[in-house]
This record gives sequence, C-alpha cells and structure tokens, in this order.
Amino acid sequence: MDFSNFDSAPIWLTLKLAGITVLLLLMVGTPIAWWLAHTRSRLRVFVEATVALPLVLPPTVLGFYLLIALGPEGWLGGPVKAATGSALSFTFTGLIIASTLYSLPFVVQPLHSTFEAVGKTPLETAWSLRASRWDAFLTVASPLALRGYITATVLGFAHTLGEFGVVLMVGGNIPGKTKVISIEIYDRVEVLEYTEAHILSGGLLLFSFLVLLTVYTINRRLPIHVT
Amino acid sequence: MNDFFANFDVSFPGFHLQTRLTIPKSGVTVLFGPSGSGKTTLLRCLAGLERSPKGLMQFGDTVWQDETQGIFVPVHERPIGLVFQEPRLFPHLSVRSNLLYGFKRIPVQERRIFLNDVVEILNIAHLLDRRPHFLSGGEAQRVAIGRALLTSPKLLLMDEPLASLDHQRKQEILPYIRRLQSKWGIPIIYISHSLEEILQLVDTLILLKAGRVVAEGPATEVFSKLELRGIINSEILGAIFDTRVIQHEPEFGLTRVQFMGHQLHVPGQEAKIGQSIRLHIHSNDVSIVTSPPDSRTSVLNILEATVMEVGSIDPAGYSVDIKLDVGQTLLATITRKSLKNLALEPGQKVYAHIKAIKMVHE
Repeated sequence: MDFSNFDSAPIWLTLKLAGITVLLLLMVGTPIAWWLAHTRSRLRVFVEATVALPLVLPPTVLGFYLLIALGPEGWLGGPVKAATGSALSFTFTGLIIASTLYSLPFVVQPLHSTFEAVGKTPLETAWSLRASRWDAFLTVASPLALRGYITATVLGFAHTLGEFGVVLMVGGNIPGKTKVISIEIYDRVEVLEYTEAHILSGGLLLFSFLVLLTVYTINRRLPIHVT
Repeated sequence: MNDFFANFDVSFPGFHLQTRLTIPKSGVTVLFGPSGSGKTTLLRCLAGLERSPKGLMQFGDTVWQDETQGIFVPVHERPIGLVFQEPRLFPHLSVRSNLLYGFKRIPVQERRIFLNDVVEILNIAHLLDRRPHFLSGGEAQRVAIGRALLTSPKLLLMDEPLASLDHQRKQEILPYIRRLQSKWGIPIIYISHSLEEILQLVDTLILLKAGRVVAEGPATEVFSKLELRGIINSEILGAIFDTRVIQHEPEFGLTRVQFMGHQLHVPGQEAKIGQSIRLHIHSNDVSIVTSPPDSRTSVLNILEATVMEVGSIDPAGYSVDIKLDVGQTLLATITRKSLKNLALEPGQKVYAHIKAIKMVHE
C-alpha cells in the first residue's frame, strides 16, 4: 500500500474541531437543558423545537443560512469582517460556530432527560441542608447527572466528526483550515483514490464504534442509579 | 418572643390553603388531618420550598417571609432541618458524607450538634462507611434525621418521617425523636397520620381540613373537641390524658395512675412511681351512668363527670358524642336511644365508665 499520498492534516483538524465544539456545547447546552428541565414557562416548547431543528433539517439548509450569516455581508460575518478584516465563512471559527449549532440537539437532549430524571427532589434536599442553588447544582445534580454528561459529550463529539453538508457549505474545502475527514473522503472518492478513502472511512468507523462501545460500558457500570 | 407566626394563602388548581398560625417555639407540634388537607403544602411553605404569594412568617424575632415588603428568605438561608417521608439520601455519597453535607455548610460558630452526638443518639456508627444503597429503610431514615440535625437547626420539620416504615421500625425510631427533644430542645413540626406517633410525640396539635386550620392548641384540649367527628378517623376519636404512676398492684397485674385528682387503673406497667404516662381513651370505650357507682360492676375506672355538651345529632346515624368534664375533657359516644332514655343535659352530674385505655410511655 502506498502511503506517500496520505495526509494526516484532516484528521487532526477534525479532532480539534470536534473537541472544541463539544466543550462549547457543554457550556451552552447545560444551561439550556437545565432550563428546559425545570421551567414551567410556555416558551419551553418553542425552545425545544428550535433546539431539535438540526435533527430534521437537511444540513444544506442550515449550511445555507449559516453561510449567509457568517459571510462578509452577514449579520454576524459583517461586523467581524469590519473588526478583523475577514468574515467567518470559510474559516475554522466559522466551522466551530456551525458545528455547535448543528450538534446542539445531541448534547441538549441527553442532558435534558437526565436533569428531568434527577428531578427537583435531590435539589430541595440539598437546599434544606444549606446548599445554595449553585452549590446544589455542582455537588448534587451534576454528579447524579453524570451518565447524561457522558452520553452528551460522546454524541456531540461523534456527531461533529461525522458532519459533512454543513461543513462543506460553510467551510468549503481549504486544506489545513477547513478540510475535515468527511470532506477528504469525498475528495478521494471523486478522484478514485479508494485506498486513502478506505483508510479514512475504516478509521472513522472503527473509532466511532469504539467510542460508543466505551460509553455504553461505562454507563452500565456507573454506580449511580437515579430512581 | 417565644412563638412563631405563619400566615399563608396559597392557591393551586383545586386547592386553597389559608392559615393563620401561632406555633410554640418548643416541643412537638403535630400537623394532623386527612390526606389532601394541606399538611405537606403548609410544611413546604414553612420551609420556604413553596412561596405563598400572600405570606407572612416570623420565627422568633426573625422575619422569614413578609410579602408586603418583598422579604423571602430562601430555603438554604433558613436554620431549619427537613426530614421527608423517604430518606432522600444522596446516592453518590457515603453515609458519612451524607451526614456531613449540611454540617460543612454552616458557619463554625453555629455548630452545636456534632457528628459524634448524632451517631451515638441515632445508633448509626456501624453505617458510616456504607453507601445509602445498602441501608435498610429504618437505617436510612435514621441517617436522614441525623443529616438534618447536623445543620444544628433551630426548627425541625418532619413530613411523615415514619410512614414508609413497618411497626417495629417505627417503634425503633420514635424514642430517638423524643430524645432529640429532651437533648437539644429543638422545636419540631411533625406531620403524621398515625395515632401511635401522635400520642408518643405531640405537645401541640394543629388540625387541618381542606386547607384550613380547624383546631389548634395543646393536644389534650384539641383532641377531645366534638367537632373532630368526621375530621379524624373515628377509631381514634377520644381524649388524651397526661398521668403519673402512683402505685403498682402486682397481685392483680395492674398499675394505678393519677391525673387531676382522679385515679385510674391500667394494665401493669414497667414504670417507676412518678413517671408520666400518656393515656388515650377512645370515645367508644366510655359509657355514661347516671346513678352513683356501686360494687355491682366489673368496671374499675369510673370517673365523676359533668355533661358539658351534647354533640350534633345525625338523624341517619344511631350514635351521638357527649363531651364530659372530668377536670379535663372526656368524650363518650353513646346511642341516640340512650341519650333519650337518660335525658342527658348540659350541667348534669353523671359517671363515666371507662372500659379500655391505651397507654404510651413518655
């Protein structure tokens, strides 16, 4: 097999993208999921529907709107271009923003359901033991929601690894900047370089499977059961 | 100020709680009433878990809630201990960490109750390093009580803490709760359905029905109100007496107790002379005789009484409750036919024949 043609840059770029995206998603997703689990507001269903949109929309639709918003004339890209000289479309930062939106339901939904399963009871108990709301969240609700966090992290990471449409629309295909594994595979197949396509596809397949296997194993063995 | 005031007005769909309460800051106050009467809601309002839109609550000199001024002290800033029906231990922490969860969160100078005290009084030393998952129901509930105590609360709120336990476990924990009282003098507000628990614990009784306070006061007074018929279980309608042991009659297997100048015989008790014993006399176990007692009766416990009040007569029923004064109130349930035959009227001197007595040691 000839490896001289093999470029590892897309792999590192993909891992970096997925890693940063997941961190952002946990920071953004936790308060959203918490709010969804505890609010009685009528806005709840609207927020739930909005968060779930990326699940049903074709990635090209989301990609199209993002391309416009992040581009030099866009409401987000415009001000950024004025400040820094370049817009967000076809940049790594743009990719992060797009991936965060695209993978949002995969993080919010598992967190939302664990927070609901944990419920208000342990929180009330913690408050009655002098824990402030923030304290109770950190020392009681979060450890009890550990399973949800693991699931959310893995799904968010794996889903970002596998995205194609949005990345292509928003990031284009710039080597070392926005060319991630899924796009590299597409390129190789287009030029009939099946060996490289095999290595990347097989690698992604194996990696995703192992990650999911690990998560399900950990979840099963986790000592905390919320009843 | 030694009392605390709690006025609440809360509405939920299909339910309205409206209370104006003055609760003594000592002893055990039992909240009693049928399910759905608002006991738990009231307790949650007292704890601050529920915010009544028109609420006023003052604990001693401290205002915990005054909606006219927008004051509402959040749960975690109130010096209360809460014990629920279920133990609600944190599953991810050991028993020791559960016990210390609240303790670590109060300022050092406010700590009056320490791990060793609680472990000893609740007998949980052997459980400290276990996970809550491996505790029995009674053990877990003792830990939950200990955890609440370790916040050195100024008020302990307990919502049917023994309801999920069987009779034996209840008997195991009840003395501990009583002991907390004598050891630290923490006032307790206690929700219960069970006569047994009430008799062993109660000092002050608050009766709730459909979100309203029907009666409140010392248990011995509240318990014998005629209005309780239909509110409390008819099997426990009766009077409570606090008595003292004066003499044992081992040859007959009896013990004599005294209250307000009267003497009663009860089954032999393992109690010292002078020890207090609480009695419950069920209204169905009291009959009324208009002639003075003679030796031709097997009933030992006969008290001179005055008829105070004849209860309302239900034309569909056959019985009527009579309120008697024996120095304290005693209730008797007799048939409507007997009421007519004896022509009982308020002020009349009668004799109350007591056929059975239930006892509780303090």
